[in-house]
Amino acid sequence: MKEKDMNRQEGRQKSREGVRKTAEENRLFSAKNMKLLTRPFGADNPVTVQVLGICSALAVTVKLQPALVMAVSVVVVTGFSNLIISLMRNTIPPRIRIIVQLTVIATLVILVDQVLKAVAYDVSKQLSVFVGLIITNCIVMGRLEAFAMANKPWPSFLDGIGNGAGYGLILVVVAFVRELFGSGTLLGFKVIPDGFYEAGYADNGLFILPPMALIVLGVIIWIHRSFNRNLIEK
Amino acid sequence: MFSNKYIFLYTSALVVAVAVVLALTASLLQPMQELNRKTAKMQEILKAAGKTVTGEEAVSAYDREITSEWMVDMQGRIVSEYKNEKGEWKAVQGGERALRAFDCDLKAQLNKAAAGDADALFPIFVCRGNRYIVPLQGKGLWGPIWGYLALDDDFNTVSGATFGHKGETPGLGAEIAEDAFQQAFKGKKLFDGQGVFTSITVQKGGAEKYAGGVEHAVDAISGGTMTSNGVTAMLADCLEYYRPFFQHMNQQREAAADTTAAGEVVMLQ
Repeated sequence: MKEKDMNRQEGRQKSREGVRKTAEENRLFSAKNMKLLTRPFGADNPVTVQVLGICSALAVTVKLQPALVMAVSVVVVTGFSNLIISLMRNTIPPRIRIIVQLTVIATLVILVDQVLKAVAYDVSKQLSVFVGLIITNCIVMGRLEAFAMANKPWPSFLDGIGNGAGYGLILVVVAFVRELFGSGTLLGFKVIPDGFYEAGYADNGLFILPPMALIVLGVIIWIHRSFNRNLIEK
Repeated sequence: MFSNKYIFLYTSALVVAVAVVLALTASLLQPMQELNRKTAKMQEILKAAGKTVTGEEAVSAYDREITSEWMVDMQGRIVSEYKNEKGEWKAVQGGERALRAFDCDLKAQLNKAAAGDADALFPIFVCRGNRYIVPLQGKGLWGPIWGYLALDDDFNTVSGATFGHKGETPGLGAEIAEDAFQQAFKGKKLFDGQGVFTSITVQKGGAEKYAGGVEHAVDAISGGTMTSNGVTAMLADCLEYYRPFFQHMNQQREAAADTTAAGEVVMLQ
């Protein structure tokens, strides 16, 4: 569908429409480009609608801080892998395109991992293998195949950033809920007053365990669909 | 459309380009990563000694608090010693090329010892206020666990402990890295009244259930039994290699105490 959109866009640019209109289309943040960036937050969310990247969403959402770092890492990887593959797209032999995509993704992920180890050692220890596992995150390769292989670099970059951020948003929301109810903290700071604990409130240990991430995710999908009814499968 | 030759050349060029990029970043970032690893280790050692420091302070705090680093052999002798001289670590025993305790790979030494090699050496960190810090390395449920145990100068009473893990279950086994669990080790003893090595057991159901006495046990973590057992095994296995050293040092200390006591008696007369 998006490919068609883009073809239409190019076609329209070539057709003899007003110069002003073409300029509008070429602007970096035209309405169409912005849509690439914002759609993954709502109707096209990679986690809640496309149901990709669930595994890591369960693993790194116990605390907010690792979830934030993971979100940023994925945004970087999706954004730049889309950009690089889009730049290379006309030179990649179709027969080995998956391998080429994987090489680019793996390289970016290793770079992110190395940088994290150098500048955010504590968080990188907490994330442990999950940074490395971004390589296998379906969102990244999914966007390369579906978008970057057929579109120009700038829209591809935006699409990558948008999808990474859409994934990150869900990660952060899940982590927020889990850290708040599971540990009574946010980003490591106590937010539930001591009075609550004295009155008999206790942190819910279930929130720390992976199953609760699935349940929170399910609730998010539920809420999302109740607002956006055309996402509900018949 | 694309010939085989093109595909081969394309992949070769891609691989070379990627290799160059990765090698460059790895070597550029290596000093920072190395520093991070060292800092984290220093923080853990200092934490066992009861000093919580941030990453930035770690190096200076380590140089201030840790006075010497020893390597001991399985007979309990100190074979090398490094002393801190105004921020520089210098070998004062065992020669210039002796292994520094801080750089020692404990896992390799444990493997060596387990294979029956009598040359295995074990590190000890001497902290100000006569505390001796012993590193530990073992297996949890999902991966490696490690820790540092600080002992008083009787080489028997624990004055602090810290544990770390690679990937134990959050909320269950991972609790060994929490203060609540580590605080429980304070005041526990490694040797019983007769001087027999008993180590410390992480007891399921609570320390008071341990048959050998409550001063040799701490409460296990509910739901984290496998990790708790891993900590027990780690303590028993690692400390066993230090046992001759502990006993040796304690005898020396008691002998010294006797002479001073005798000396005092003479003085008083």
